[in-house]
Amino acid sequence: MSDQKSRADLSAQAPIVEIAALQKWFGDFQVLKDISLTVARGERIVICGPSGSGKSTLIRCINSLERYQQGRLVVDGYDLGAGQKNIDAVRAEVGMVFQQFNLFPHLTVIENCMLAPMKVRGTSKKEALELALRFLARVRIGDQAQKYPAQLSGGQQQRVAIARALCMTPKIMLFDEPTSALDPEMVKEVLDTMVGLAEDGMTMLCVTHEMGFARMVADRVIFMDRGEIIESGQPEPFFANPQNPRTQAFLGQLLH
Amino acid sequence: MIRQFGLPEALAILSGVQATILLSLIAFAGGGIVGLAIALMRTSEKTWLQRCAAFYIDFFQGTPLLMQLFLVFYGLPVLGYKVNPWVAVAIGFTLHASAFLGEIWRGSIQAVPRGQSEAAYALGLSYVSRMRNVVLPQAMRISVAPTVGFMVQLIKGTSLAAIIGFVELSRSAQIIASATYKPLLAYGCAGLVYFVLCFPLSRLSMRLEKRFAVKT
Repeated sequence: MSDQKSRADLSAQAPIVEIAALQKWFGDFQVLKDISLTVARGERIVICGPSGSGKSTLIRCINSLERYQQGRLVVDGYDLGAGQKNIDAVRAEVGMVFQQFNLFPHLTVIENCMLAPMKVRGTSKKEALELALRFLARVRIGDQAQKYPAQLSGGQQQRVAIARALCMTPKIMLFDEPTSALDPEMVKEVLDTMVGLAEDGMTMLCVTHEMGFARMVADRVIFMDRGEIIESGQPEPFFANPQNPRTQAFLGQLLH
Repeated sequence: MIRQFGLPEALAILSGVQATILLSLIAFAGGGIVGLAIALMRTSEKTWLQRCAAFYIDFFQGTPLLMQLFLVFYGLPVLGYKVNPWVAVAIGFTLHASAFLGEIWRGSIQAVPRGQSEAAYALGLSYVSRMRNVVLPQAMRISVAPTVGFMVQLIKGTSLAAIIGFVELSRSAQIIASATYKPLLAYGCAGLVYFVLCFPLSRLSMRLEKRFAVKT
């Protein structure tokens, strides 16, 4: 009952993520300064910026891997400031892909994918297996299901990590620099998987430096620096004609 | 009259092995169960649980096992609880072993990369599931060698139970040594039996480590 009451308007038009005046400090250092951001259902957002700009911290706030000190963050109607119950509810609906994959090394690929549906959703073993095989096939890695993560290449591991998150049928996917730890020749296979997801209408927030990906799939590109959102816009004008000097400097460094 | 050292004497020493094994099993079981609880408290997010566990570990690691056994066996009756020797050693060894195992396992739990817990959080796993399915299986692999090392020490440490009246391996060897005046032979036999008990454990540890190494 209580978490029903704390859920805001849930109509299809309601934004899936609402961030208002978010502030976060690590000790004396302010990592997020007055961040406000609204994400619509089905929207694909790419967040870029120099290292230490707070972009990873921002998306880690969305599934409460990081706590914030001030402001408001509502995901799918659940206010993350209103207790552990809401946090648990949000985590079950939000998938995350990490830079370092973070697959469970003691479990096989298929077991990695089956664990959360069985433990969190109470899915039966048979259904979880079907679900896992379906998503592993979708990231084109179905034939490796019985292997352990260490037996796969980095690109394959990251695709398994995507499949593992998808098995929870999340409403949003967060990507925290998913290709930064990969060898160059493996970046494309992961990006292709992400493009496929975007084409299927998944709501996505991606922290990445892959500007080609941003151009191709993003509805909006956000540039962050020193804990602030400096500039945001559709990819075409954002890349062609950035307004803020800091954005210009950053893009200049990236492209040359 | 001095007895000869023959088969009956060797068997008398060997009869002590039963108590040694039983004492060891009690220590493993008690220490394992309480030790896991201590390790989980020590790694919990609640500061007061961490502090309680830290104090427990410091106290029982910092005082000799001999004294803990004394205190339980002679101390509890002073407080009005009559304890039989088995209960006393069970309590004493559990306190001792759980403090050491708790600390070994705390280290192992913390050695599991943080990203593993983060992935578990991100998938929405509960605390129990995060520990049981993700963190502890990996911590277990890390802890095999130090855990078995401590178990081997514990088997040898059961000889301290002699001071509250147990005739286990060391005590039975001592009795035969004084009866036959052949201390070298008597203690040599006992040493051999200890080795036979501990050696397979060390081998098991090596095999487990190899098996885990292949899997991951």
